[in-house]
Amino acid sequence: MASAGAPVTGAAETAGLRERLRPYRAVLASRARSQRAYRTSFALDLGSSALVGVVELAEVWVLFSNVTALGGMRFNQILLVFGLADLAFSLADLSFGHLDNLPDFLRAGTLDVFYLRPQPILLQLITSDLSLRRLARAAVGAAALGIGLATSGVSWGPRTMVLLALGLVSGYATFAALFVWAAGLQFFLLDGAEMTNAFVYGGRYAASQPASVWSRPLKLIFGFFFPMAFTAYLPAVTMLGLPGPDWLPAWLGWCTPAAAVWSWLMGLLCWRWGLRHYQGGGG
Amino acid sequence: MTSAVNSGAIIEADGLTREFRVRDGKRRRLLTAVDGLTVRIEPGESVGYIGANGAGKSTTIKMLTGILVPTAGSVLTCGLRPVQDRRRLARQVGVVFGQRSQLWWDLPVRESFRILAAIHALTRAEESDRTAELVEQLELGGFLSVPVRQLSLGQRMRAEIAAALLHSPRLVILDEPTIGLDVLSKQRLREFLTGERRRGTTLLLTTHDMGDVERLCDRILVIDHGRLAYDGDLPGLSRTVGAERVLVVDLAEPMPDLTGLDGARHLSSEADGLRQRLAFNAEQTTAAKVLAAVSDQAEVLDLTVEEPDIEDVVRRIYAAGR
Repeated sequence: MASAGAPVTGAAETAGLRERLRPYRAVLASRARSQRAYRTSFALDLGSSALVGVVELAEVWVLFSNVTALGGMRFNQILLVFGLADLAFSLADLSFGHLDNLPDFLRAGTLDVFYLRPQPILLQLITSDLSLRRLARAAVGAAALGIGLATSGVSWGPRTMVLLALGLVSGYATFAALFVWAAGLQFFLLDGAEMTNAFVYGGRYAASQPASVWSRPLKLIFGFFFPMAFTAYLPAVTMLGLPGPDWLPAWLGWCTPAAAVWSWLMGLLCWRWGLRHYQGGGG
Repeated sequence: MTSAVNSGAIIEADGLTREFRVRDGKRRRLLTAVDGLTVRIEPGESVGYIGANGAGKSTTIKMLTGILVPTAGSVLTCGLRPVQDRRRLARQVGVVFGQRSQLWWDLPVRESFRILAAIHALTRAEESDRTAELVEQLELGGFLSVPVRQLSLGQRMRAEIAAALLHSPRLVILDEPTIGLDVLSKQRLREFLTGERRRGTTLLLTTHDMGDVERLCDRILVIDHGRLAYDGDLPGLSRTVGAERVLVVDLAEPMPDLTGLDGARHLSSEADGLRQRLAFNAEQTTAAKVLAAVSDQAEVLDLTVEEPDIEDVVRRIYAAGR
């Protein structure tokens, strides 16, 4: 949660920032410690998390053992899309996924405890946990991305590096915003986690597919409203120099930060709306 | 509502009201949980906030701490607007919700304190001084390295109170702090809270335990159906509702009903009059005088004194107000 781009005006500024981040560091460090404390259980968690990633990768492979290309992409190129999407999603899931637990906090009334601490509620919730086991899944994503990059015919150069970095960072931010958006809605739905999960995990699934095969309504929903196409497919298309499909031209691969900003605007709006509803302040 | 000027009061509520929309079958109706609460609490006061379940106590606390937005009226806590200035207010208020833990259940108590010290931006020196002080006074030393989930109820409650007081708040709000505790734990906790008061800390506690009120509070607010039904001291409350104590005596041999005793009223007899229950008003006489009057007529083997029940006190206030 570092404030990006803060000018370094001296040691005092750094010390101030360190002090502001101290509460979050203290909680996160203790969460990480407690997860690693039970080594066997942590190893099992890592294993099962890796397995889920591998099974999903296998699904793509099985699909491609029956067809040679899907949506204008070969298997190695799909690996690139899958890897980008899975790596970004797993990292977002690691750091934001526990926002899914909000309904439990609401039912038990424990969200009130967060109000008694002098930090913003959302920041407290985000930094209240860390699912380190997702690292295994991120590793599967990273491996798929590595193989995809090496074998899909991407021409290496500064352009590709920038696209890749922008794509990964923006993809992470976009998925993270999706968790915030879903959490905001929980204030209204309470038992609506399944509905929002359909968008969060459905969104992740959509992100790892070539958007060229989507129907037009899907392109509207997962192309722009929840900009899943921006997390992996569009950067991949741009890196590979492929033409984009209808409504999703290849140059959009450069606009991944815009998709991330849009997602956060929507996520924060939703969160704010939910929080107001919880406090009963109207809105 | 816009004024954030500290007028000196710790709590200043004016016409504080909170309504909820509730579903009643298929229809929705408006429920008024707190109805026009006007009250002022000064620094250093110790106030018991009592009422039946659902009377509006928790809703009031949530409005005082910025968790809930009032439907109408205004409130300043420590001179701050609770919702708008929530984060500044959090540094000055400590809250113990009996049922909602502030501690991390899988972490040792010591580590929870360390995190809370970071959350409240205590310096290392402040943290170690205050922790040492609370550990000593609340006798936490024996279980500092035990994970919270393994603590007994009494231990956990003491740890919760230490957690809420770590940042030395000006106002401490305790929601049923002694519920479920044994007599000795209750006594220790009350002694600790009395000590905190001497430091100038303001206490606001909700309780069902008349003992808490008698030993800790010099002012009592009774809330009933969201409205303030009483604001004053305990003797005044007893005068208002005539809340009586009951002396239960076990006699050596069966006796006819002990009627006509000075200052006491016969309530009931059991086992042919071997056990008799006598109500008396603590304002007008004492248990000792009633006992002396009984002893003139019969030999007393054993006795107990029953305190007025809070639910009963509230019921009487409600009945008196109608």
